Amino acid sequence: MAIEVRDVTKRFGDFTALDGVSVDVESGSLTALLGPSGSGKSTLLRVIAGLEEPDAGAVYISGEEATGVSPQKRGVGFVFQHYAAFKHMTVWDNVAFGLAIRKRPRTEIHGRVTKLLDLVQLNGLSKRYPSQLSGGQRQRMALARALAVEPKVLLLDEPFGALDARVRKELRAWLRRLHEEVHVTTIFVTHDQEEAMELSDQIVLMNQGRVEQIGGARDLYDRPANEFVMSFIGPVSEFGEELVRPHDFEVRREPNGSASPATVERVVHLGFEVRADLALDDGRAVWVQMTRDEAEALELEQGASVFLGPRG
Amino acid sequence: MTRYVLRFVALGYLAALLIVPVGLVVQRAFADGLDAFWAAITTPEALHALYLTILIALIAVPANTVFGILCALAIVRRRFRGHGLVNSVVDLPLALSPVVVGLALVLVYGRKGWWGGWLDEQGIQVIFALPGMVLATIFVSLPFVVREVVPVLREIGDEQEEAASTLGASPWQTFWRVTLPAIRWGVAYGVVLTTARALGEFGAVSVVSGRIAGRTETMTLHVEERFQSFDLTAAYASSVVLAVLAVTTLLAMTLLRREEAN
Repeated sequence: MAIEVRDVTKRFGDFTALDGVSVDVESGSLTALLGPSGSGKSTLLRVIAGLEEPDAGAVYISGEEATGVSPQKRGVGFVFQHYAAFKHMTVWDNVAFGLAIRKRPRTEIHGRVTKLLDLVQLNGLSKRYPSQLSGGQRQRMALARALAVEPKVLLLDEPFGALDARVRKELRAWLRRLHEEVHVTTIFVTHDQEEAMELSDQIVLMNQGRVEQIGGARDLYDRPANEFVMSFIGPVSEFGEELVRPHDFEVRREPNGSASPATVERVVHLGFEVRADLALDDGRAVWVQMTRDEAEALELEQGASVFLGPRG
Repeated sequence: MTRYVLRFVALGYLAALLIVPVGLVVQRAFADGLDAFWAAITTPEALHALYLTILIALIAVPANTVFGILCALAIVRRRFRGHGLVNSVVDLPLALSPVVVGLALVLVYGRKGWWGGWLDEQGIQVIFALPGMVLATIFVSLPFVVREVVPVLREIGDEQEEAASTLGASPWQTFWRVTLPAIRWGVAYGVVLTTARALGEFGAVSVVSGRIAGRTETMTLHVEERFQSFDLTAAYASSVVLAVLAVTTLLAMTLLRREEAN
């Protein structure tokens, strides 16, 4: 295991940010810490980096106990949401910082910085200052800076949180490729479930300072441990007391045993996908999702009477 | 219309209170000719006063710069008991009249004071000597670096410092390579203001110095002493020297502003 977190608790005054959290992260994997704001995911990342001291519990990095070790000596790379660029240094000096601190020979620094700037596609901008870069460029610089010291683990705190949607998507794909190339154990924090599912091998879903479930994207989606996981990962529709995925309904035009009668209130065409708001006979609302072909076969339109029940 | 009225009021105010009086001082200093001016500012007493003023500033300003940066770091970056107390005590010299500061120092360091007797036995004289004047100057010019640096530290936040530490920098390296460059303009302003205050201090230094001409007289004290002795030319001439020092500091500040804007 590259990282083991054992029963970590962290309080800020009266607020319990982490409440007995345990997580294992495999070497070379890409793990997402996912959860709503205030769930403790950023605090957990900062505890792993040594930027926060846990009140109880332990952290192991590459099998060695790291609890109480200063961030300076942990060998982790950390990327901040707001980049934390050294504003008075050029891009080059930012990336070279960790190597300069370690007093590495000049030629080595030169070679490594050149390589990293190539990797993050900033080679033409090495003499610029952070204020002359776009948000996406600054974040790539911060990533190169963190990678320069060859960290044992790379920790990213909402790395794309401050970027606009388009740049965000680009950087996501790019980070995935980078991870395949560099293969350093990586943990990133996000509140965006799509980002977590798209990027990671493993998702740690957190809520109110506790781990709700750990697993792959499919595990969490198909076998959620509880209602929180189900409603946080992917869409849900309330059907009576149950939570059902909106695409897991069977909709028919004829009655069928236990199926409940309903009226179509609204149909929304989203290209391949069609969404329909239905009103059950007792007045409660349910929304369902189906493909365009299914909707056409049903001749789904406003005012139509249908019968529905959860599939399978 | 209001624009012109505003401009007129502002200029009139400045003229009445600042430009005309200072201009008159300059005019009077040179009223008896350049030779008389030169003679007045090159008497042994005047030269010694200038030397002492600069010497005191050279000790007080670096001391307050180092202390000011440490104090600002403590106020912004550390949470400790008495945090609020430190934050308000730093402003005390701004509120307290310098004369009171001088008297307080005499009470502590004077021959009959708290420590004064013991220090006297060790052969160290504080009051009526250079150490007391330096202490008084440090006291009155203490808040400026702190007050300039605190908001800058707040604004830059601690992420850059955290980033440096994860990259392997020790606290010392982080300070020199990341924190200090980030706050350098705040420090520079603080130094300029501290210098201006140190050069111009009168009240506190007046009480602790004993005002012995040629021994414990700074420029400000010298001006007043000459004035009391009806040697007006010398009083005005030394005032002009002080004014030149002040304008130089102001110029330094203006240049810094321009530099920072780039």
